[in-house]
This record gives sequence, structure tokens and C-alpha cells, in this order.
Amino acid sequence: MDWRIWSLKKSPWVFHVNAGACNNCDIEVVDLLTPKFDVERLGIKLVGSPRHADALLITGVGTAQTAKRVQEVYRQTPKPCVVICIGTCACDTGIFHSGYHVVGPIDKIIKEIDPNAIIAYVPGCPPKPEAMISGIVKALSAL
Amino acid sequence: MKKEVRFEKMNEKELKNKLEKIKDKLTKIEQTSEKRIFLYCESENSHSVNKYLFEEVPLRFVIETGIDSVDYFEILYHYACDDTGWVVTLKTFIRDHEKPSIESIAPFLPGAEWTEREIHDELGIEFKGHPNMRRLILSDDWPEGVYPLRKEVPK
Amino acid sequence: MKKTVNLHKPVLAVGPFHPLQEEMEYFKLTVDGEIVTDIDVRISYNHRGMEGISETLQFDQVPYLVSRICGICSASHPLAYVQAVEEICGIKPPERALYVRTIINEMERLHSHILWAGLAGHFIGYDTVFMWAWKYREPILDLLEEITGNRNNYGNVRVGGCREDIQEELKPKILDEMDKLEKKIEMLTKAVLDDPILHMRLKGVGILSKEDGIRYAITGPTARGSGIDIDVRRDDPYAAYGELDWKVITAPEGDVFAKVVVRLLEVLESIKMIRQAVKKLPKGPITTEVKEIPPGEGCGRAEAPRGETFHYIRSDGGNRPVRHKMRAPSYVNVPSFKASCIGQHIADVTITLAAVDPCYSCTERLAVVDGHHNIVHDYDALLKMSRDKTARLKKELGLRELKMKDFEIE
Repeated sequence: MDWRIWSLKKSPWVFHVNAGACNNCDIEVVDLLTPKFDVERLGIKLVGSPRHADALLITGVGTAQTAKRVQEVYRQTPKPCVVICIGTCACDTGIFHSGYHVVGPIDKIIKEIDPNAIIAYVPGCPPKPEAMISGIVKALSAL
Repeated sequence: MKKEVRFEKMNEKELKNKLEKIKDKLTKIEQTSEKRIFLYCESENSHSVNKYLFEEVPLRFVIETGIDSVDYFEILYHYACDDTGWVVTLKTFIRDHEKPSIESIAPFLPGAEWTEREIHDELGIEFKGHPNMRRLILSDDWPEGVYPLRKEVPK
Repeated sequence: MKKTVNLHKPVLAVGPFHPLQEEMEYFKLTVDGEIVTDIDVRISYNHRGMEGISETLQFDQVPYLVSRICGICSASHPLAYVQAVEEICGIKPPERALYVRTIINEMERLHSHILWAGLAGHFIGYDTVFMWAWKYREPILDLLEEITGNRNNYGNVRVGGCREDIQEELKPKILDEMDKLEKKIEMLTKAVLDDPILHMRLKGVGILSKEDGIRYAITGPTARGSGIDIDVRRDDPYAAYGELDWKVITAPEGDVFAKVVVRLLEVLESIKMIRQAVKKLPKGPITTEVKEIPPGEGCGRAEAPRGETFHYIRSDGGNRPVRHKMRAPSYVNVPSFKASCIGQHIADVTITLAAVDPCYSCTERLAVVDGHHNIVHDYDALLKMSRDKTARLKKELGLRELKMKDFEIE
């Protein structure tokens, strides 16, 4: 097995990006750190920079102001990496599809700069923390 | 629940009297329900009426709403009277739909700075005398001159 | 020497997206040495054009839209909206619905304030408080899930009443959880009020005067912690608040410590209110039929955890709003950061901003721009400065930080 993929699967480091979210999904992502779910015991770690990340957790619809910044973060993340769209907004804009300031969803924004990006979807409004953990694990085992 | 009695608390009668005092600058006063009152005025008088409501009555500023009513623009200044629980809304009419403009209240009410910048972004109304008129809520690359809440802009 | 040149830097060059940062705002601070002289805020990252979308939806679809304005005030926004529409219709929901609305909104206030307490602890280096607070938030979220079906975004209000009822079997469970939580919050409040490090760290920091507060039109605990005695629940009673016995908490000092105390004591008041509402819950239907919305205008207000939420609706008799204005409390509270932050040391900016309790922990988007030397302090640097200051004070006083076992009850 490729040593990079091996180290990826053992303890994924994830970086959280807010691309215009209402905050609900983001609070549930932070909830993963707290004692009830405590993802650090599973090896999943939330890091402070995309340069250290194996996976990007992106929440939010992708507003006009955040689109370029999301692409910039994706570029800075070393490959191979997985983009995990957390929440209905990130998967498919949800109730905001007719908003004039919405250019998402996230897969459209990412595929603009990398058509072969690996993208996973965790729908829900917000998705339960258990669903997020399951989504991260599934996404990484698909590599 | 007992409401504590505070010195200088205004009651409904006093509030109504104070609103009557600027009647000459208003075109209409409409009470839509028990605790909601709408004052109508033209844009020329908006600045002085707002100053009166904020400083003299005094009321707490809540927010401004901008509306495109096709032939004219409206700006609603919402105020709260916490002593009585009333919401006093000043409805101002800007008759020039081509080049709408009105005097800003931000110089004496810094709490109105953001909301006027937002109305400018969304409806293109000019606020004369605004201390810091810049883009607020639209993205850096949003095209100039496109005002999303105007009626002619398709949703 | 005063530096007045602001550097324009793209957001990413200034600071990473921090995992604890939930929303994206961009704060640019200008400094003179280590004292803040000016701030600028760039918002827009979260602008989704809600007011425009609302005009394309029907009146009964709008509550689902507005509960997503902000995840943590997700019960207050739809409540303010339906109250505005009910005002236009001139109808009053049944008594039971009013009580259910009250219980859900107060439970939201509980978990929001506790979340905030955790984040504030994190900013000053009390990570124990962060973990503890977020752990004890969970039972409230579980209760909300049992009542409404979701931990957040309850979708429980509709024009004319509520959608989901509180089942009789749940009532003892709610009362039991409130008892447990009350003991824990009382311990935390006592620990905060007694801790000399916190006194030194937070008193006199980030003072927002009452006069500035009125000029910036602030609301909520930010205002009540600056001596401004306002609370929509008392001033313009809605739902069942007029029938419960509770008090408004204020503190005159205006500093960060006052705001911490106001929020913690409000949690205790909320627990009392929930107990009363559950015991007094009247029997009956939870909704009335509303066939159509006549032309008119309505203003609805609710006291969200952060302050007053205000919604204005104009209807022309059709089935969509003609105009829907939404005002979140953070919209007026965040600009007041300018008044409370200027003159502060940069080690205190993260906690000063947190005291405003923006509807996001936007301190991540905080950066210091120093035109002369080209030094930029990003969020991590500011956070470290804040935590280092606490550590320094601890050393000076010769005390240790609160540990998890301090919070355990026998």
C-alpha cells in the first residue's frame, strides 16, 4: 500500500472551512472534539492549517465572497486529500438555491479548479456528529 | 409578574403626546395594533424627525428597512420604546426613483451605520453625509450598479 | 508614534481558518504599539441573500428559511417572524402553544449561554471550562431532540401555533434535567465569581459605557452587562413570558466580567422559567388554522440569547411576503466592538470580542495590521497572547487553574 495512503487512513487530520454556513454544522463539528464524541481517541484531529490536513470539512453554501477563498484553501491542502461536504447546504445549497449571492454548492466550486477532486457528502441539517464521523471514515476508506 | 417601577419611566399617554409634538413634520399617524404605530413623512423631514425620536423622546433604535415600491422608495426607521413595549416606525418616502437619496442619520446614531450601508448595497439609495459609505454585504467582485432587492432585478 | 496606514491583505495571508472559528468575518485592527486604535470589519462571507429568498417563498415556508439565519438562535428567528405574521392576521395562538414556544426558546438560551461560557474559557486559557461546558450542553440538546426531532434547527413554530407538542411523559424528564443542570451551573457561577485570576483578568477589560451602548443601539446581555435595562420578554411580553415569575439580570460595570456574570445568572433564571412553564403547561390544542394573510404590516420581536431579534413583514394579501426585513442581534452588537476595543491591549481583543457574543466566534478572523513594521498578528498569535496573560496573572497570584474535579459534585 502506498505509504501516504496508509498514514492517511491511520489518523486523519481534518481542517474545517466555513463557506457561508449558518453555524449549526460548524458547532456540531466542534462538538466532535468534546467529551461526548471525542474524536481524538479515534485518531481524527482538527488542525489549524490546511497545509497539515488530509481532509477538508467544508460547511456552508459557498457564497460569492467565499468561493475564491475555498478554492485557495483547496490548493494549499497537500494531495491526496478528501473534500467532505458537511450539511445540506454544502451538498446542494438546500433552501438557499435561489439566493443571488450563492454560487455553490461546494462540489461545483471545487471541481472548477480540480475536476478529479475526491468529494464526499454528509447531508443533514445539521448532520448528527455520529453521521459526520461515519462520513469521514467512509470517505477515507474509499481512497 | 410585577413590573418594577422606575423613576422617569414613560407611559403610553406620554409617548403619544411626544409623538403628537412633531405632527407638523408628518403626513400621517397610523396605529395598526395595540403596541405598533406608524408615522409617515417625506424624505426632506426624515433627518429632523429621526433626531427627535432618538434624542428627545427618547427611543431605542432597532433597524432601517429599505423597500422598492416601483414608483418610489420607502425607508422605514424602526424604534423601540422599552418602557411601554411599543414599536414606533417612521415611514419615509423617497419620491425620486431615478436618483434616490436621503440624509444619513449615522452621524448622530452610529448604530445606523451598517444598516444604511446595507440599504445602499441592496437598493442603491444614496445616504448624504454618511461617515463611512462602503460596500458592506455584497462580495468584492459583485458588479457595480446591480441592486439585488430592486424589483426589476430578477430573483 | 501613531501608525495610520492600513495594509490591505487577502484574508488567507493573515490567518488560517481556525477549527474553533465558526463563522467567517474579517476584523482588521490598527495599532499604536500594543494598543488598538481602530478596527474595521468586513462581513459578506455569510451573506446568502435571505431577504430576497424570503420574497420567493410562501408564508408557511419562511420559518424554515429564517431558522437557518443563525444556527444557535434558530428558535428565536422563526418565533419573531410568526409573531409578525400573527400580528397582521390579528390572531393569537392557543395557550398551550405559547407555553411550548417559551420552553423551547428558554432551552435554546440555556445551551447557547453554556456554549458561550465554554468558548470564553477557551479564549482566556481555561480549556477545562470549555470541555466541561460543552459536555453539559449535551443533555439539553438531547431533550430538544426528543421534543422536536432535531438537536438544532427545531422547525417547531408555524403561523398560528406550534408543530410538535411536548409529550406528557417528557415532563418529568425535563424537570429532572433542569435540577441536574442547575446544580452544575451554580457551581460554575460560584467558581467564576470566586476566582481571583478571573477577577484580575476580566474586570475593567473591554468596557462598553452605557452612553456608547445606546448610540450603537445594542441589545441583549451585551446591553444588560453595560447597565442598559432592556429585555423584550419583559418590555413587550410575547409567548407565555407575561405569566411567569422571573427577573431581568443587569450589571452596571460594562466590562467583560459583568457580561460573564449576566449570562451565567440568566442561565439560572431560564432554568426557573422552564420549571414553571412545564408545571403550568395548559391542556388544549397547539395550533389554530390560518387560511390567509390579509394585507398589512407587522413587527415581531423575540429575545434571542444574544439580544433582540426583529422581523418586519409587509403583506399585500397574496401568499408571499412583499418585504421581509430580518435583524439579528449581532448586527447591532458587533459594531459596538469598535467602542469597547479601541484603547485595549491586543492581548485582550479576543475576549473583548467574545463578550459581545457574536453569533459566531469571529475572533478567528481577527488580525492586527501594523503599517510601520509590517508585522501582522494573526488569530493564533492573539489567542496565545490572551492565554499567556492569564498564565502570567496566575503566576503572580500563585494559584492553579480550575480542574475538572472542581466541578464534580458529590
